Amino acid sequence: MTQTLVPLLLAALLLSPPAAVGGPVDDQLARYGAAAKAADPAFAGFSAERGRTLHTHSFILGKPDTPACTACHGQDPRGAGKTPAGKAIEPVALSATPGRYADPAKVEKWFRRNCNEVLGRECTPREKGDWLTFMRGQ
Amino acid sequence: MNLPLRPLVLAGLALAFSALILSRAQAGGGHFFPPVGDAKVKEECGSCHLAFAPSMLPARSWQRMMGDLKHHFGDDASLEPALAAQVADYLTAHAADTGGRRYGAKLTRGLAAGEAPLRITELPKWVREHREVPARDWRHQDVRTRANCVACHADAERGFYED
Repeated sequence: MTQTLVPLLLAALLLSPPAAVGGPVDDQLARYGAAAKAADPAFAGFSAERGRTLHTHSFILGKPDTPACTACHGQDPRGAGKTPAGKAIEPVALSATPGRYADPAKVEKWFRRNCNEVLGRECTPREKGDWLTFMRGQ
Repeated sequence: MNLPLRPLVLAGLALAFSALILSRAQAGGGHFFPPVGDAKVKEECGSCHLAFAPSMLPARSWQRMMGDLKHHFGDDASLEPALAAQVADYLTAHAADTGGRRYGAKLTRGLAAGEAPLRITELPKWVREHREVPARDWRHQDVRTRANCVACHADAERGFYED
């Protein structure tokens, strides 16, 4: 019994998603994952590709001067952005700004504000997870 | 009794002159506005634009502004209610007609008692101080908005607006 259990446990440990050992970004993704699953039982995980589209697509649903995330954050996720009032925005790519997304309340605050400005509505947990997955890989 | 009148008069004049200069300096000379000293307030008010000095507006203006962060000059700047209250407390305590009076009294001069302007750049004194800035400078790609103080005032983050 234990002889089969040990390899199984080892395999589970190795194959487990980073969330189990994760930092704040993975914890945040796990929370969005649970919420996405609750909203749609067919939810099958986040997609960096969908995240990229969300980040770069011009929705023109929110404010005219912020049609896309890239309007302020810039085309390159690893480069700095700029607010309309002239302040620099640290790169959104996790590799370029390692401390980013460490505070869940702050992450939620900016998703709420920025999705309203670009999409004219709040983002769904799946959209937030997609976007964060894209940025984690950048 | 033969008092040396001339030195006494000169000393008196020098004293009066220094007192005048000092009083002007204390009245703010109009060009120093202490920057936000609270880390939380600085973060919340300074992510998108310079964290404007609370002494640049009267307390009633800050109250009005903090009452509708969802529509903050056309942007959604909404905050959790507890955090918003914390920020509002700081701003109203250091406003031009409260704790920051000695710095902001001059800038807010000419406002009617009940007037609660939201834009620092619409204060009569602000408008007068900037009347010589040509329109093309405001449109410059490094300026773009009158809220971008640091584009011209290099030391604005530290509270100095002399230049």
